[in-house]
Amino acid sequence: MAQVKLNRIVKEYEGGVQAVKGIDLDIADHEFVVLVGPSGCGKSTTLRMIAGLEEISKGEILIGGNVVNDIPPRDRDIAMVFQNYALYPHMSVYDNMAFGLMLRKFPKEEIRRRVENAARILDIGMLLDRKPKALSGGQRQRVAMGRAIVRDPKVFLFDEPLSNLDAKLRVQMRTEIKKVHQTVKTTTVYVTHDQVEAMTLADRVVVMNHGVIEQVGPPTELYHKPATKFVAGFIGSPAMNFIPAKLANGGAALNIVLPGGISLPVPEARAKRYAGHAGKEVLFGIRPEHLTEVRPNDHRPNLAHLKLTPEVVEPMGMETLAHIWLEGAEVVARIDPSVPAEPGRALPLAADMGQMHLIDPQTDRVI
Amino acid sequence: MSATAATPSAAIPGLGRRIGSLRKERRWALITAYISLIVAAIVMLAPPLYMLLTSLKTSAEISNPVGTPWIVRNPTLDNYWALISDPMFRGFFFNSIKVTVCVVVLTMVISVFAAFSLARMKFFGSQVLATGVFLTYLVPDTLLFIPLYQIVGALGLLNSTWGLVLVYPTLTVPFCTWIMIGYFASIPKELDEAALIDGANWMQMLTKIFIPVALPGIIAATIFAFTVSWAAFVYPTAFITRPDEMPLTIGVVSQLIRGDTFAWGQLMAGALLAALPPVIVYAFLMDYYIAGLTAGATKG
Amino acid sequence: MALDATTVTAAGPAAAPAQPRLSLQRIARRRSTIAFLMALPLIAVIAGLVAWPAGYAIYLSTLNRRMTEFIGLGNFQILLDSETFQMVIWQSCIFAISAVVLKALLGFWLAHMLHHIPTKGQRIWRGLLLLPWVVPPALSTLGWWWMFDPSYSSLNWLLNAIGAPSVPWLGEPWWARASVIIVNVWAGTPFFMIMYLAALKSVPDQLYEAAAIDGATGWQGLRFVTLPMMRNIISITVLFSLIVTFANYDIVRVLTNGGPRDLTHVFASYAFQVGVLSGNIPRGAAVSLFMFPLLAVVAFFILRGVNQRNREMA
Repeated sequence: MAQVKLNRIVKEYEGGVQAVKGIDLDIADHEFVVLVGPSGCGKSTTLRMIAGLEEISKGEILIGGNVVNDIPPRDRDIAMVFQNYALYPHMSVYDNMAFGLMLRKFPKEEIRRRVENAARILDIGMLLDRKPKALSGGQRQRVAMGRAIVRDPKVFLFDEPLSNLDAKLRVQMRTEIKKVHQTVKTTTVYVTHDQVEAMTLADRVVVMNHGVIEQVGPPTELYHKPATKFVAGFIGSPAMNFIPAKLANGGAALNIVLPGGISLPVPEARAKRYAGHAGKEVLFGIRPEHLTEVRPNDHRPNLAHLKLTPEVVEPMGMETLAHIWLEGAEVVARIDPSVPAEPGRALPLAADMGQMHLIDPQTDRVI
Repeated sequence: MSATAATPSAAIPGLGRRIGSLRKERRWALITAYISLIVAAIVMLAPPLYMLLTSLKTSAEISNPVGTPWIVRNPTLDNYWALISDPMFRGFFFNSIKVTVCVVVLTMVISVFAAFSLARMKFFGSQVLATGVFLTYLVPDTLLFIPLYQIVGALGLLNSTWGLVLVYPTLTVPFCTWIMIGYFASIPKELDEAALIDGANWMQMLTKIFIPVALPGIIAATIFAFTVSWAAFVYPTAFITRPDEMPLTIGVVSQLIRGDTFAWGQLMAGALLAALPPVIVYAFLMDYYIAGLTAGATKG
Repeated sequence: MALDATTVTAAGPAAAPAQPRLSLQRIARRRSTIAFLMALPLIAVIAGLVAWPAGYAIYLSTLNRRMTEFIGLGNFQILLDSETFQMVIWQSCIFAISAVVLKALLGFWLAHMLHHIPTKGQRIWRGLLLLPWVVPPALSTLGWWWMFDPSYSSLNWLLNAIGAPSVPWLGEPWWARASVIIVNVWAGTPFFMIMYLAALKSVPDQLYEAAAIDGATGWQGLRFVTLPMMRNIISITVLFSLIVTFANYDIVRVLTNGGPRDLTHVFASYAFQVGVLSGNIPRGAAVSLFMFPLLAVVAFFILRGVNQRNREMA
């Protein structure tokens, strides 16, 4: 068991292209950290540097307090689960899991004990004699995890392990991974581009973009208090609405003036925070789930009412998404399926201004 | 949609005619295909068949043909027995086996290591070398046999099967390396990385992962090396003039032709016996054989 | 770890600025050393048995018959002036071009027919039709030689049976040339067939379905879907075959050995005749070097095609 520490890590490719631009990260023992971001954000490169599969251009990586920059992957005491599982196609499930231990010259009985133990945790005991070809996607995923578990390493590394699975299986394996982590408690670094995976699995989420860390924090904190426009838009589905607006100083209180002249009051509690931006152009951010139909007896404080005309209505079953265009800005509202909504007909909506965000368009930071 | 729904009675007979002509068209295509294939098969198989027929005839039957030469009237295995009991012919066979086994082993060792290195490890100039492999594959043996004749002669290996073992790799190594590069390159990179993390060194990665995973490619390359060295003709014709060092191809062509017409049966029997090993390999491993053949171009 | 011993031999290759502090870099350097060592036997084969002999051939071709004197391009001069050699050039070109064209057309036709029959039966037909390619050519040519035999020709018997006159297969120059081409086409067509069949199989059925729905007839499907999709394989196969056919030796050696009256020699058999049998090594080397320009041109086109394809796919 070990902590992992990244000190000003830089990955620079030939020609000076920087994939990772000096990131710092402290991962505690037993912690489950998820690196999330769009493709090309540097998350996989970071993971591969921790694994020792990529050279570190600058900075230091410490595993369990030791600098591992110079240590080859096999001596780092890590285990990795790959996106395409990377099972050895010519070996049985048992041999796949035993291979790492065999190379390390573990005694036979010890190997058997460990493999059987891992097989029990993952419920793949009956597959041990099969070849990977004869396994389903979910079973392959389990074997790949088993290969990591038997090694009992200091750190587990997961590189988008669920992206080759279909949607249903992905949800199932997500729970499985969480369960395994709760059982073995090994420090885990997990890379994904799927923010739902990140939210559901992580103790802490690291949002990366263009080779830098945008924000680190527990899932709920990222959801409620995003630090940047990128995080605000990346976390949550459907994504947060961003509407160009003006913060108007309407006498006693601040108002947000949307395109089309709609004016929404800023809650008093936020007035002080936003005071410095009064009179300036801002981005008004509100999540679809905070832009709903008008409900009777809705006692949420800071509700603002407005009437908008959807152009596309998507019934999803448990909810309906209404797409509204406000002078070029697309706005999505999440309304109850029982509310009659049709394209072209004005719809009364309630905005929960207590959940709003303002973004400075100059810096893209949340104010 | 609405148009067809409005006039169903008009649409259906027309449709019926179309289906009928489609079926007819398909049947004609199939008949043409089978006729072409049957004709092709007759043409392709006639020469080996005629060799077989001749090899089963007595010299008397060959020299005094009555009626069609395409049937055997008094089949006999005498020609085969005569060859099998002939120490010179057995010597050809032994020489062919010796040369082929040595060349196949040599080729596979050289090309598997080289292909692994070129496909995965990369070093200064490895790109140039990969192109070089491809180019040498294009150089035919008939361009090289004269300088090689001088070189082999200078090494004192003319009239020796070892001289052949030395030069045959020019025929086999480039192509085998080339297809092995293709097979190795198709192994996903994550597999090496998984092995690296599992603690394998380069040698273990090659022997425990790459060779077993690319086994079909290795079999295909081995078959290629085998058939090429077994069938090689230019080099032994140029370098070997002593019958006791000759491999089968040149042995049969040069030693069994005795100028008189009566040896035809034995000559055909010898040619067939000599052709047997590649044909057997082909019969049992056709899919690998074909994979190897096509890999060169499709992977190129 | 015995790192140091091997890093020394790394010499230039890794070319990374020496930073002994970073042992991952050292591992990378060691890795390229191992890679180089693994490729060394291959380099030895290419350099020692292909590149060096090729260069040596050029040197040889500039010497006089006893290899005592440098005579520059003298051998080439003499060859080009000799009527026999002019004949060899023509004969080689006629042989290679007509054989390759025939092989390409017949192979394409057969591949198509094979592709059309139900998949179940394809294997056995493919197996039968590939047989001529499997038998070592020198040996199967012996069979043809026997079938062409002037007094016992079984082919002439078949011709006579249908009322046609006998053919002097190997006795008359034009028939001898045709015979060489027939045998080469017989042995080489299966290769084209297999290559084309592999290419045909790689064209997704959906493309044909899309074309059919767009209103394409069978021929249009062939013209606008099959041929463009197979263009690469066709050109590569044709170019490969052009080299091999141009440099062919076995068939001419067994069938005609250059006769009658040296009229059927190709480069390879003539080089053998001059260089090995008549003992004029330099002139033999010069003869085989005449194949080189063609090789270079063909190799250029193949490589360009391969590169282009790789770029398009990347």
